[in-house]
This record gives sequence, structure tokens and C-alpha cells, in this order.
Amino acid sequence: MFIHYKSQTNVEQHTTVETARKLGLLEEEFERIKQILGRTPNFTELSIFSVMWSEHCSYKNSIVWLKTLPKSSPRILAEAGEENAGLVDIGDGYACSFKIESHNHPSAIEPYQGAATGVGGINRDIFTMGARPIAQLNSLRFGNIHSEKTQRLLRGVVKGIGDYGNAFGIPTVGGELFFDECYNINPLVNAFSAGIVKVGQTASATSYGAGNPVFIVGSATGKDGIHGAAFASKDITEDSVNDLPSVQVGDPFQEKLLLEASLEIIQSGDLIGIQDMGAAGITCSTSEMSAKGEHGMDIWLDKVPMRQANMVPFEILLSESQERMLIVMKKGAEQTIKDICDKWDLYCEQIGVVTEGGQLRYYQNGELVAEVPANDLVLGGGAPVYHREYREPAYFSEAKKFNIDEVEEPEDLQAVAEFLATHPNIASKRWVYRQYDSMVGTATMSTNAPADAAVVKVKGTDKSIVVTVDCNSRYVHADPEQGCAIAVAEAARNIVCAGGEPVAITNCLNFGNPYVPEVYWQFVGAIKGMKKACEALGTPVTGGNVSFYNQSSDEGPVFPTPTIGMLGIMEKKDNKMTLAFQQAGDAIYMLGEAQNDIASSEYLYSYHNVKLSPAPYFNMESELNVQAAVKELIADKLIQSAHDVADGGLYITLLESAMPNELGFDVETDKNYRKDAYLFGESQSRIVVSVAPGKQEAFEKALQNKQVTFKKLGVVTRHDCHIDGVLFHGISVAKKHYDTALEQILE
Amino acid sequence: MKFGVVVFPGSNCDQDLVDAISIGMQQEVVKLWHKSHDLQGCDFILLPGGFSYGDYLRSGAIARISPIMQEVVQHANSGGYVMGICNGFQILTEAGLLPGALLRNVNQKFICDNVYIKPATTNLLPTRLLDLNKAYKIPVAHGEGRYHADTDTLKRLHDNDQIMFKYSSNAAETHELYNVNGSLLNIAGVSNEKKNVFGMMPHPERAVDPELGNTDGRAIFESIVELVNA
Repeated sequence: MFIHYKSQTNVEQHTTVETARKLGLLEEEFERIKQILGRTPNFTELSIFSVMWSEHCSYKNSIVWLKTLPKSSPRILAEAGEENAGLVDIGDGYACSFKIESHNHPSAIEPYQGAATGVGGINRDIFTMGARPIAQLNSLRFGNIHSEKTQRLLRGVVKGIGDYGNAFGIPTVGGELFFDECYNINPLVNAFSAGIVKVGQTASATSYGAGNPVFIVGSATGKDGIHGAAFASKDITEDSVNDLPSVQVGDPFQEKLLLEASLEIIQSGDLIGIQDMGAAGITCSTSEMSAKGEHGMDIWLDKVPMRQANMVPFEILLSESQERMLIVMKKGAEQTIKDICDKWDLYCEQIGVVTEGGQLRYYQNGELVAEVPANDLVLGGGAPVYHREYREPAYFSEAKKFNIDEVEEPEDLQAVAEFLATHPNIASKRWVYRQYDSMVGTATMSTNAPADAAVVKVKGTDKSIVVTVDCNSRYVHADPEQGCAIAVAEAARNIVCAGGEPVAITNCLNFGNPYVPEVYWQFVGAIKGMKKACEALGTPVTGGNVSFYNQSSDEGPVFPTPTIGMLGIMEKKDNKMTLAFQQAGDAIYMLGEAQNDIASSEYLYSYHNVKLSPAPYFNMESELNVQAAVKELIADKLIQSAHDVADGGLYITLLESAMPNELGFDVETDKNYRKDAYLFGESQSRIVVSVAPGKQEAFEKALQNKQVTFKKLGVVTRHDCHIDGVLFHGISVAKKHYDTALEQILE
Repeated sequence: MKFGVVVFPGSNCDQDLVDAISIGMQQEVVKLWHKSHDLQGCDFILLPGGFSYGDYLRSGAIARISPIMQEVVQHANSGGYVMGICNGFQILTEAGLLPGALLRNVNQKFICDNVYIKPATTNLLPTRLLDLNKAYKIPVAHGEGRYHADTDTLKRLHDNDQIMFKYSSNAAETHELYNVNGSLLNIAGVSNEKKNVFGMMPHPERAVDPELGNTDGRAIFESIVELVNA
């Protein structure tokens, strides 16, 4: 439902509980607004509260639990919630700003623009910090790949991410793609970006100094995306298409100009504060910056460059037109910002002035159309905070009854191997990533030597950042606490395998409707698991976003999907490790202990069609031990490759290590375990490494005094893949099937 | 020898080219702003990849009428060296400095990948030091890279030795199978008739830094640097 109040420009316009309800506010919230203002709000003011107090902007249903997450370490320069994105000291005078954000609801309705503007939004969060983005990743989840609807959504989302990111000119260096029926109506589109800034040259989203001028820079304002934040804060249904005006339209060319201009403005030294206009547009940026700087603003809405005529105040205030920034400069520096924007051919208009006190006053043609206190609008100020009820769902105890003995071991394991290698969740995502420019910037080190995480040079230093996005939502559904801990542990494992040191995470918490106690139970469990894992791994949470209401009214919630974006640092580039086997004759070892476990594996879920089972086996202490061991092996130059055992199990790990250089393998399984569990089970904390013949002795010696189980599986071969003496396939055939499986379905 | 890299609004490979030339090749290089009329005494002008003017209207269509391009055209017409890479190639065809046009890829998608190209001649400045029988691994990243020209033009290109690179296998076979975007005759790069203006879709500047694991592009820059310096 979209409300058209086009003719109602009158400040005195009367509002009621019913108006509030239509704007997505609760009755108690309406009462509270009246209390804050000491009067009944007019429609414009009520609209302002409705977007600022939406879940999307206020985190009102999640903040209580988010606050329990660890958020500090000596490296953290900007803690969660302090700025537009987290800021981590990477040493030598540089910092990395990074964040992940969802654009699920817009992408469900208009996949191309929804995904494109998601990419635009996350990059603006990075460069408003003063950081130049150097790497983008994305984490995508869709429904059944064979449905026409999923294919339409997938094509649109991938093209949207590609067209925006490619033109913006920052490489897309990695990501995830996962299919499950639970995402049929509501796909998940999470975008990650990381940028680099010199320490001390960062910008802040603040405003202070009465008399300082307030500018809007970038694109003109139109009617697109009005109530986008409120739209993101309700269930997705088949009727959501009626919310199409809530979806914004992106222009990467404007974004590129805005990036260059913003960085120049920040470096001018005359900047007070800067914030991008994402959710809730001018409303959100003016109120958050003012609240942070403990000042007010007078804003003249008629000065805002407009894309269309006859926009009324609430439309100008709530518009989510893309590629805009709100900038407060030092008084006297008006010409500086104008000159920079002229250079980049961008609109730059002074639309207001900083005032004493905390009031936001919005004027249209000299007439006051809304007056609200900034602090009462924002998270940490007057925005409501709720403790939601939660309850363990019935399926949880049901899942625990799973017993591997009830699953018959297939006779033809080669058929299982082929099934998994060509399964859309495991097969090569080449069809997707070929559409993304992964090499612009000439800093991507993981193109020609693939690794478990993306490795991107920080030019001007000897360092690289190592980044990944991870979440197996099937595990999280099976057991939110354990599953989310696994997501964090796997992200760290990937960074360690690529040669990095994990330092911090950002999270994108995609859940269903928080008012459903069983859904909220999943959220609480996931936060507990994340807290535990982040503390154990020493990776604090620097921020991110919460996306509730990923739930179709008719098909229940999506899998709880707390996507983890993790940042790692590689001090020296020669520490970089590939996942690819290097040479026939090298020995293959597995670090970490095998288990008789197939719970929640792709094998159990898709091959045997057993939909309910617990999360796979996971033990944090073993995880820490295996990661510590691999770090040391890499530093001591004892291994040729490292690749973690993840989706599809040990077999898929071996195959993925063999394919890049078209080598094979000859390995033996362990008779103490069921062969299907050994090959296809997804028990955690295992890493497959290869070792040159001359280094095996030193390798084994290095591991002897460690708390890590290791076992020699076999050797790297020239072409063929043998398991227990049986030829599974030649590598060129397997590689072809793996590479083209998605194309076969989509082309 | 002084290189100039033109920066249009929306260029995004300008810094990569500057890095390849200054750090990779140890040559003098400056950036040239699109609104300027000053080539700053550069001998060799490079038009970088990216999405100049947002690819509005058509790739390269607006860039060709920018102020700096008037000088670039004059520089080329008086025999000066000009080379366009990716979007730069598109701009040079739009400006009429190179024959043919770059159309949407045959699969209608943006393609980013490592591909192999082989030199079709060593009589052009950028291919002088290259091995005619070798395939060079050079990344592509474009949505509109399908080279097209009429039959007469193609014949002239062939007869006058203006075809610079062709898409190939890793063993330098120029079969249609290895034609990444549907270009006529597998053409990945060409020169003008006077052989002082060059254009190619693949990005040699992305294959210069040894830390990225691929240095096949160095030979192209070395060819340019060595001859001009000689």
C-alpha cells in the first residue's frame, strides 16, 4: 500500500492513530511522538518519525541483542554504530573501512535496480568515511533455480550488480550464491565494500558549529524511493509489487563523480561532516548528523535541486533518490565545495545552516513545514527500543532426532560425486562472476592464483586486505547458535587459508518477521553464536545491518541468514596462499579430524532429500587449533596450497584444489568412517593442504607438537582422480561439468 | 618520452595505466583532464578504460566531443602516437581515428575474464617485440567489444597490416572457438592506416605487476617504450 497525499501541503494537516498506522507506526509510538512534540504532529512530521523509527533506521527490535556483541579491539578506530561504516587500523598509517548491507526487498520487486542501488549505497557508506573503495563482494540467495521467477531475479540482480559496480570502477572480487526453496519469494541480496584511508584523514557523519553551511551534493531529488525504509520494514508478499515507487533508480556514473568529489572535499580540510543519503534521504542524514554533533539545522527544502516539479515537503524529505550527499562545511568554505563540484559537474546547493540547540526546522518557501528534535529521531536517542518475545520452534528438537544410521549409504559414490559437483550450490559460479569486473584497480591477487578468500593489494604499502563473505543458512536454520558460530569460524578459516590474519567482521542479519516469536528465537540464537565465535576468534563486530521481514505471508520465513563479512590483513604479500594444487607428486594432507557426520550437508539435504537434521559437527577449540597450525605452516613456507572443507565435503575440496591447474589426485579414505560421511560430510574445522616432496618431513615435524590431528590422504596426480584405487573421473571432464553446470541451466 | 593518460568523467582505468607506466615501466606519465586543451607536451597519449560520461548515448560517443579530444585528434593527425584501451578504443572509433566500431558482445553480457590474444603482425609499434607464434594472456572487461567493420574496411585492414591482435587459444590458434565476444576475424585490436593510432579491447595494464601473477602485458609496453626511446 502506498499513500498519495499529493495535495496536502498544509502544515496544520491533521493526523490520527490511523494515519500513524498507515505509515507503519504503532499506537504507542504515535502517543510517544505526541509526548515528544507536546502536540499532535502534522503529516510531514509524522512521516519523518515513521521512517526514522522504522526497523531499517532505528534497529528498534534488534538493538538490545546487537549491543551484546563484542565491538572493540586495539585495531578498531570506529566502533559499531559510531559512523557510516566500521574503521579498522591496518598499520603503517592506514585504515580499512568496510561494511555489508542488504537490499533484499527492492531486489525482490525490481531485481536490476534493487541490486544496483544496493551496491551504490554500500560504496557511499565507505567513501563518506574518506576511504576509497578497493574491493566489493556480494552474498546472494535465491529460490529454486529451475523456476522461471528465480531465473528472472537472478539475471536481473547479477546484471544490476555488474552494471553498477563495473561502471563505478571498483573490482568485485568474491561472493556467495546459494539456492533454496525458502528464498522463492524473497531473495537475499547483500553487498559488501571495503576501502582504504590514511589514519587521520577520515571524515565523520557529524554536524556542529552554528552558522556553518549545509550542502546537498550529487543527483537531483525525485520521487523515487519514498518510504523505502518503511517498505523494507514489512513482510514481502505477492502484493509488494504495488510498492514499486519505493524502489530507487541508480546511476553509477553519478556515483563515480560523487566519489571523486567527496574525497576531494574531505581532503580540503574545510569539512565538518558528511553523510550519504540512503534510507530516508534528507530526513535521515540531517537528523543523524545533527544528533551526533548535538546541534540543530534549518533546512530550506525549496533549495533542493529537484528532478520533477510539485514535490511536497514530505516527498522531498523522504525521497531516496540515489547518489546524493549531505555535507556541512566550515563557514567561509562555500567557494571551496562549489569549485570541487563544478570540476566534477555535480549539483551543489546550500540548503541550510547549522543552528544551536537540537531542533530540525524544515522550511518550504519561507514557511515552516516541520519541526522535530533531532535526538528523538535516532537510534541511541529517542527512537524506541523493544524487547521481543521469543520461543523455540518445534522443528528444533525434531532436527536433533536425526540418526545417520537411518540413511542408507549409496553404492555408487561416483554418481553422488557427479551430483554434488554439478549442484547449483556447489558448481562453479562462473556464469555470475564473469559478469563482474574483478580486475579493475590492478590490485586483485586472487585472480591468477585463486584462494579461499579474496586478496587485494593496498597500493603504496606491502600489505593486502583479505576479505570474504560467508554464511551457510541451512546450518543456521538447523541450529541458530551453532550455525552462526560456524559462519564466523568459516569466514576466519577462509582468510587464514588465503594467508591472512582475521581482524574484524561486519554482519548482515537477514531474518523473518521479528514479531513472530519462533523467528525472533532464531535471531537471538544467531547473535549468541556470533558473540561466542567473535570472542574466540578475536574478531569484533564493526557494524552492518539488520533486515527483518524476509518472510512471505504464505510460505513462512526464509532461513535465518546472518551473513558474515570478514576482514583480514596480510602483512607481507609473499604470505599469500592459493587453494590450487601446484604439482603432481605433492602429498595431500587433511588437518583436523574427520567425523561420522552428514548432518545438514548438501549431500543429505539434496541427494537424500532429508530436510531436517542438526548443524554439522563443530568444536571451537579444534577450529582455533587448526587455524593456528595453518597460519604457521604458511608462514614457514611448508605448504603449497590450503583449502577448507566446506559445502560438498572433502571430495569437493579435493576437486576444487585440483581443477585450477588441471591436476588430479589419488587418495585413500579412512575405514573408521562411513565412506559417504568421509567424502561428503560437512563436519567443520578441516583443511586440505598439499606439500612438496622435499618438505614433508619438516611439515610433519612442525605438526607433531600441535593439538591438531592430521592425516596423509594421498598425492596430487597429473590428470586423474582416484579414490581408494577407483577412477572417479579425469580432471578435464570433471572441470567441464563443474564449470558449465550453471550455464546449462541458465543459458 | 612522456606519456599522457586522459581522464574523462567515468574513466576508471586511468590510475591503473599510470601505475603500469610509472611503476611497471619506469616512464614519465601525467594525467590529462578532459576539460583541458593542453597535452602538456606528451609524446604518447593513452585513452584509458572505463565508462566515460557514463556510456550515455553510446560508448565513447560523448567523450569524442570533449575539449581534450580536439587536441588528441590534432596530435594524431600530425603523426603523434595515440592508443586507446577498452573504452579508449571505443572513443577512438567514435572519433574516426580508428576504423570500425565496437558492438555489444554477442552473448549480450559484460565479460570479465583472462583471455589469450596473439599478435597478427610485428609491424606495429605495440607488437614490435612480440612473438607472432605466442599467445599472451591479457584480461578483458567489457560489454561492448565486438569488433565490426564493413568488408572493404576489413580487407584494407588486412592488406595494410593494420590488424594488431586476434583472440586465440593458449596455443595461439585463432579459431572462432576462442572468439570471446563475437568480433569479426577474432579482431582484438587494430591500428589506423598511418600506424600511429592504436586501439585494443583487452587490458595490457592489468598484466604488468608481477604480484598479480600475470606479466604477459609487459611486452606490449616494452615494445612501445623501446622503439620510442631508440
